[in-house]
Amino acid sequence: MSKFLKSAAVIAAISMISGPAMAEKLGLGRVALPEEIAAWDGEIQPNGIGLPIGSGDALVGEEIFADQCAACHGDFAEGIDNWPKLAGGADTLDRDDPLKTVGSYWPHLSTAFDYIKRSMPYGNAGTLSDDEVYAIVAYILYSNDLIEDDYVLSNETFLDVELPNAKGFIVDNRAEAEYAIWSGEPCMEDCKDDAKVTMRAMVLDVTPEEEKPEVVETAAPVTEAAAEVVEEVAVAAFDPALAEAGKKVFKKCKSCHQLGDGAKNRSGPILTAVVGKAAGAVDGFKYSKPMKAAAGDGLIWTAAELDAFLKKPKAYMKGTKMGFSGLKKEEDRVAIIEYLKSFGE
Amino acid sequence: MSKNNTGNSPSRRAFMRGAAAAGAGALSVGAAKAQTADPLITEIQPWAQELGDGVDAVRYGLPIEYESDVVRRNVEWLTADNISSINFTPIHALDGTITPQGCAFERHHSGAIDLKKDDYRLMINGLVDTPLVLSYADLERFPRENHVYFCECAANTGMEWAGAQLNGAQFTHGMIHNMEYTGVSLRTLLEEAGLDMAGDLKDKWVFVEGADASSNGRSIPMEKALDDVLVAFKANGEALRKEHGYPVRLVVPGWEGNMWVKWIRRIEVMDGPVESREETSKYTDTLENGVSRKWTWAMDAKSVVTSPSPQAPIKHGKGPLVITGLAWTGRGAITRVDVSKDGGKTWETARLAKPGEKMALTRFYLDTDWDGSEMMLQSRAMDDTGYVQPTKAQLREVRGLNSIYHNNCIQTWLVRSNGEAENVEVS
Repeated sequence: MSKFLKSAAVIAAISMISGPAMAEKLGLGRVALPEEIAAWDGEIQPNGIGLPIGSGDALVGEEIFADQCAACHGDFAEGIDNWPKLAGGADTLDRDDPLKTVGSYWPHLSTAFDYIKRSMPYGNAGTLSDDEVYAIVAYILYSNDLIEDDYVLSNETFLDVELPNAKGFIVDNRAEAEYAIWSGEPCMEDCKDDAKVTMRAMVLDVTPEEEKPEVVETAAPVTEAAAEVVEEVAVAAFDPALAEAGKKVFKKCKSCHQLGDGAKNRSGPILTAVVGKAAGAVDGFKYSKPMKAAAGDGLIWTAAELDAFLKKPKAYMKGTKMGFSGLKKEEDRVAIIEYLKSFGE
Repeated sequence: MSKNNTGNSPSRRAFMRGAAAAGAGALSVGAAKAQTADPLITEIQPWAQELGDGVDAVRYGLPIEYESDVVRRNVEWLTADNISSINFTPIHALDGTITPQGCAFERHHSGAIDLKKDDYRLMINGLVDTPLVLSYADLERFPRENHVYFCECAANTGMEWAGAQLNGAQFTHGMIHNMEYTGVSLRTLLEEAGLDMAGDLKDKWVFVEGADASSNGRSIPMEKALDDVLVAFKANGEALRKEHGYPVRLVVPGWEGNMWVKWIRRIEVMDGPVESREETSKYTDTLENGVSRKWTWAMDAKSVVTSPSPQAPIKHGKGPLVITGLAWTGRGAITRVDVSKDGGKTWETARLAKPGEKMALTRFYLDTDWDGSEMMLQSRAMDDTGYVQPTKAQLREVRGLNSIYHNNCIQTWLVRSNGEAENVEVS
């Protein structure tokens, strides 16, 4: 092999393991249209760039919040169960278990607008108007005692509000604070006098149990007579188109309630087969006192009772855990009840 | 390294001693002393007599049923629901370094969405010469690259800041996977749109967001974007799984998993970071004095013994024992892993299955002869920057207990003489 061939072979070997060579533009794709960019390019920057024209205050925001947010975040933005708390936590950042909320932790108000506008409400994202988002953000500020309830938050006043923790962040300083001291040849022998167990995970006992592998078995066949009865009831009382409409309305409920196969209790109980069932009867769900009392009095979730409950839960049952403000439209309630019926068992 | 390796090789004699001591109770060792013939050998078994399944019995194969415990698991109390939630890779039961997609951890912020290739659009806009819309088919026409990278959630091991909490490597260290990605470099796509408009690239950023409801927008400095970020559409040779961002996700080598935006739909060149929810209210690290670090993107060197571990106890009694685990660093390649059996008093250097690769998992082994006494097993990774994985105490000294993210401490498993293991902290 000549010298030339040898070096050619070396070059070939190198190119075989390298990435693609930088090429000229390939002319792939197409130019994005202005209205397409407008539809997707919605982020709001800390300096206010991207804020849409609009306004709202906490008084208006309170109502929207009750409807759209309180089911998870609580009426006062205090958070329900494990859902994020949006208010409180002032002066806790340097304590054990700091409470990080929009008020106590977030550096920029733009982040709240950006996130709520784009990604909230959970399960029904991107449906709030700009004015509604301003009002909700105002309500969150109000809940954190950062503005008065009549303060009008708008694209013009937005930057006037500075969040308490705006200056609470530093850029990653691990290189200076850590890398220098955690480098070099480590100890191999006699590195410490003694090593004693100081804490054990088993004491806490919070690890999920090891599940046995599930054996998939075909469901036991229902007796023919029973199947017929079920079918008859379903045919007589069920309107699939209405149920389909109800499925859309149910999006408002989804973050707290599950249905069907594999459903679990979340901040609300499983709703499978709820229509016609006794109230307060889902295993493993911790009901409110009034719900338990109503269950004790024999409350059955007939369509009529559900309708009354869903119209205004807190008026129907004072003290219910359900944070939802209600479905004002009768057609929504009828549709959702039909949808619930479709989850018979 | 070689010195230690020869020093640790169990001799034949040691093996025989172990066998005798273990007795008939331990099957694998006891077999050498069996009094009666093994019917699995002396009798014709059904699988040796009858026929097995034909081809196409399963058109896309899943692991055999005996492996059905090797699955992702979640910890219900961690999150409010299972949609904005996370589960864990069963690293205690895997070997090698490549994570099969089917058991690679999932993290969603608004659930795993269903997005067809035909419905997929990628927009590149902002400070570019020509804002572009690319289809999936367009992406497949750019020059492709293949790379193996680990993806670790910034919160991996986050539950252990305050103390030993979860009992299993899957739960303490399973927010990680390692796959071979095929895709187009982000640099190629940005250059296709043209960066002349952006002027000086030093202070520029890209904002990336997904097509799901959370959008999970993140800002990435231009230097990284042009370095090694990949717009990937295949993992381990096949299409990405839905739960990992099908059809296209971002791969940000060595940096926290939250930046690896799934279902990526838009890349915008900007003159500053957006400071989105995921880079301010989350994925920032609060120190003891209440000040928080932001932009802590790189995942520092870390390792864990995957077996033995609480979910993978020693069942064979004393004698030859393979101690194994994983090591990785987001700042380069792993160069060495040391293992301690006595809670950090003495260390031996483990054998790397292959030399460490950049931003990819490295498998280590310590082939040893266990005398059946209690062990406090630890592993300690080093990378090519000279960084040494710190102890929990060292981390806490600098950061306190409230950081949540980026816990890369040395992990301790207490292995008892009966072979069972537990997550503990040691002095």
